[in-house]
Amino acid sequence: MKEQLYQYLLMLGDNAMILGHRLSELCGHGPSLETDIALTNLSLDLFGQVRNYFQYAAEVKGEIGGATDTEVTEDSIAMTRYPHEYRNTLLVEQPNKDFAFVITRQFFFDAYHLPLLEALKQSKDEQIAAIAHKSIKEVQYHLRFSSEWVKRLGDGTAESHDRMQTAVDYLYPYIGELVQETPIEKAMKEEGIGADLSVVRSQYYDKVKAVLKEATLSTPQFFGFHDGGKKGVHSEHHSHILSTLQYMQRTYPNMEW
Amino acid sequence: MDTATKYPEIEALLEKVTDPEIPVLSIMDMGVVRSVEKQEDTLLVKITPTYSGCPAMDTIAMEIKATLEQAGYPTKVKLVLAPAWTTDWITPRGRARLEEYGIAAPLEANADKQALLDGARVVPCTRCGSTNTKMISQFGSTACKALFQCEDCLEPFDYFKCLK
Repeated sequence: MKEQLYQYLLMLGDNAMILGHRLSELCGHGPSLETDIALTNLSLDLFGQVRNYFQYAAEVKGEIGGATDTEVTEDSIAMTRYPHEYRNTLLVEQPNKDFAFVITRQFFFDAYHLPLLEALKQSKDEQIAAIAHKSIKEVQYHLRFSSEWVKRLGDGTAESHDRMQTAVDYLYPYIGELVQETPIEKAMKEEGIGADLSVVRSQYYDKVKAVLKEATLSTPQFFGFHDGGKKGVHSEHHSHILSTLQYMQRTYPNMEW
Repeated sequence: MDTATKYPEIEALLEKVTDPEIPVLSIMDMGVVRSVEKQEDTLLVKITPTYSGCPAMDTIAMEIKATLEQAGYPTKVKLVLAPAWTTDWITPRGRARLEEYGIAAPLEANADKQALLDGARVVPCTRCGSTNTKMISQFGSTACKALFQCEDCLEPFDYFKCLK
């Protein structure tokens, strides 16, 4: 049970961490000053949430004990795992490309993140419930920001509409994985700790469809989806992210700020 | 805050610790200190972050420890997440100090939503008091603020977003 809880916490934290990293790549490169600041604010919120998940995960791992000769900490979890040990979904590791991609990816994640946290507020695990109560206040702002931009650009000029539709068509096949239940999520749901993804799913698709419609964007007809991230099978992009993200700790182990 | 009645001397010391990003606001006025307990010979101070990613928390924790230990109280600082911080915990004095400093204090939840979403002109300018102001960005210089500008005196100013 503890091991599953640990893996579940990684799942929750890794999505926020990898997306937070993608957004941090835009620091100083946003299309305007306001959006640049907004995207880095989102990144900061996500990293704060990751710290909460990983601090708790380190505690849980410590209780499991076992054959590790080094202490597990929030930093070791974030910085020294191998790609197959990360449990983030494929959506969040997709590269930034243009602003339409950044906003669409953000919206697809935020629209899932909000109902997920809403469900986790009811978690029997007090710490997960506390993190959800805290995070949801921030994520409401994220979803507002990203859905407003989806509408503004989708229902904007011919150029912005086309770019948004291209991003939606490209990223849509990745969203199914967010709400696909893995054995770990199933076990956590049954314990009353994790979210019931079937509930999250219906709210999620309703929101996505409503916003895309208002943005005059068409919802792609797609009956399968790309998955694997939650099981540790990632796209090529993931290792490139880690090579940047882990560079310092790999080169100078245990260095501190 | 219930520490006031219990340990006024500790509260007075904590009044000196400020938010490094908003130096006019003490952590007591911000509602970040949740409790102070005496445990044998150490003090346990529980604090809660305003936003999950608030980079000031580590500094605040260090400042609390340094300030109290200098006054002869061995101190431990613990970060707690529940109940989650809300802008309602900013004291009236804290709100007044924010305004003096040039940061508009958070509105009621409804007015906040109007200001940030509908573009309703309800956030008064911190310089001239006019409500003829517009939002420039939902996200400002720190996680807790949005950026506004006054259309009358043209002053750009921060607005402390309502968080509930």
